[in-house]
Amino acid sequence: MANKTVLFNKHLESDAKMVDFHGWDMPLNYGSQIEEHHAVRQDAGMFDVSHMTVVDVTGTDACAFLRKLLANDVAKLKIPGKALYGGMLDYNAGVIDDLITYYLTDTHYRIVVNSATREKDLAWIAQEVKGFDVVITERPELAMIAVQGPNAKVKAASVFNTNQNAAVEGMKPFFGVQADSLFIATTGYTGETGYEIIVPEAEAEALWQALLEAGVKPCGLGARDTLRLEAGMNLYGLDMDESVNPLAANMGWTIAWEPEDRNFNGREALAAIKAAGTEKLVGLIMEAKGVIRPGMSIFFTDSEGNEQQGIITSGTFSPTLGYSIAMARVPRSIGDTAEVEIRKKRVAVKVIKPSFVRNGKQVF
Amino acid sequence: MSNIPTELRYASSHEWIRKEEDGSYTVGISEHAQELLGDMVFIELPDVGDTVTAGEDCAVAESVKAASDIYAPISGEVLAVNEALEDSPELVNSDAFGDGWFFRVMPSDTAEIENLLDAEGYQAVIDEE
Repeated sequence: MANKTVLFNKHLESDAKMVDFHGWDMPLNYGSQIEEHHAVRQDAGMFDVSHMTVVDVTGTDACAFLRKLLANDVAKLKIPGKALYGGMLDYNAGVIDDLITYYLTDTHYRIVVNSATREKDLAWIAQEVKGFDVVITERPELAMIAVQGPNAKVKAASVFNTNQNAAVEGMKPFFGVQADSLFIATTGYTGETGYEIIVPEAEAEALWQALLEAGVKPCGLGARDTLRLEAGMNLYGLDMDESVNPLAANMGWTIAWEPEDRNFNGREALAAIKAAGTEKLVGLIMEAKGVIRPGMSIFFTDSEGNEQQGIITSGTFSPTLGYSIAMARVPRSIGDTAEVEIRKKRVAVKVIKPSFVRNGKQVF
Repeated sequence: MSNIPTELRYASSHEWIRKEEDGSYTVGISEHAQELLGDMVFIELPDVGDTVTAGEDCAVAESVKAASDIYAPISGEVLAVNEALEDSPELVNSDAFGDGWFFRVMPSDTAEIENLLDAEGYQAVIDEE
């Protein structure tokens, strides 16, 4: 029996096509995922992300524990509400999960982890927390709705109360604030402005309905994937997992090497990998017809004339650009062009940094 | 439940054919097939003048989800292709049995048409999936 989010009936009311997503019944689309994609790039769309796992980390050692658990350094967070993206690594520097950490107080941090990795994440955290004066509290009674798009904030403002609107006034990107019953954060997974709103389950249906009436279009997992890939954001399980180190997953910017004496999990292994050199994650664009898909092979010839091979981690049709885009994990010697094997034919692709569309516009 | 027009014949691989006045047949994919595939992004069609063979792949429907081979339901010469799909592949989603047609073929062996399913037979194929 699949898990259902508290918004399950709202999805059915909007004629969602439901699919199994790592044990959760989730909306794939509500008719056309391409129309939903465009709604987020051009207006405002919303996603039920209640399947994601909210975990509160509290106690006098909360900061010290997270500085060991995470490759990014939560000590960088000084302003209440500030958020930080990064990886949780194992001792071999494999990525157990990628997650966002919010700093609320010196003794209270909130992390949001992927649903597909929930059980192993919680098991890992339970193992690593031993010896720290920290309490780990999962918050399954909280639902989450992401409202994204150029008009998302204006439309959300029309459903927030006075206190909530005052709380988010002028809030910079990557911050979160508790305002009455809502935790409202300027984060997202689409490359557009907007909010991720953590809401008590009992209020979630009413919030969804109010946003619907404010003209926010419901969007499913299909559009969520094309939007995040255009934005160059990794999807755990495709672009990285425990077998991949963060430097090979375009997450080098999330590794806080300073201060040198902070011994985060996986640091030693990652330093060795860095010294030896590792693969990298690149973006691909293919203006010819066809769609690059995960698992396809990519080939190129290096400067010494040797053929090199890599793998497509994510690939899709980009509704904004009108052709296929992808991310590939490849040897570092790759140049500006390569070939992807699609249905037994090799097709030329351009190699760019893994970022394609932000704020409605092409960014390469 | 998907719409399955009774005046058409179907292949179990989800293509349909419709007889035209000149004796040729228009070919497309079913409403059920487009629902399974999701939003179309590219359609690759045969060329006018090509000879297609029943049961062999002759076109590709590429959706957000996957690239799927389209099989010729009957053998013959391609008389016309739906050029509108070049710029508007979504016609296959919005009107699978009408504006979303793929190509038109003049059959070389009309006996092959008897091998295809009627609406009831095609419904049975879908029910078994």
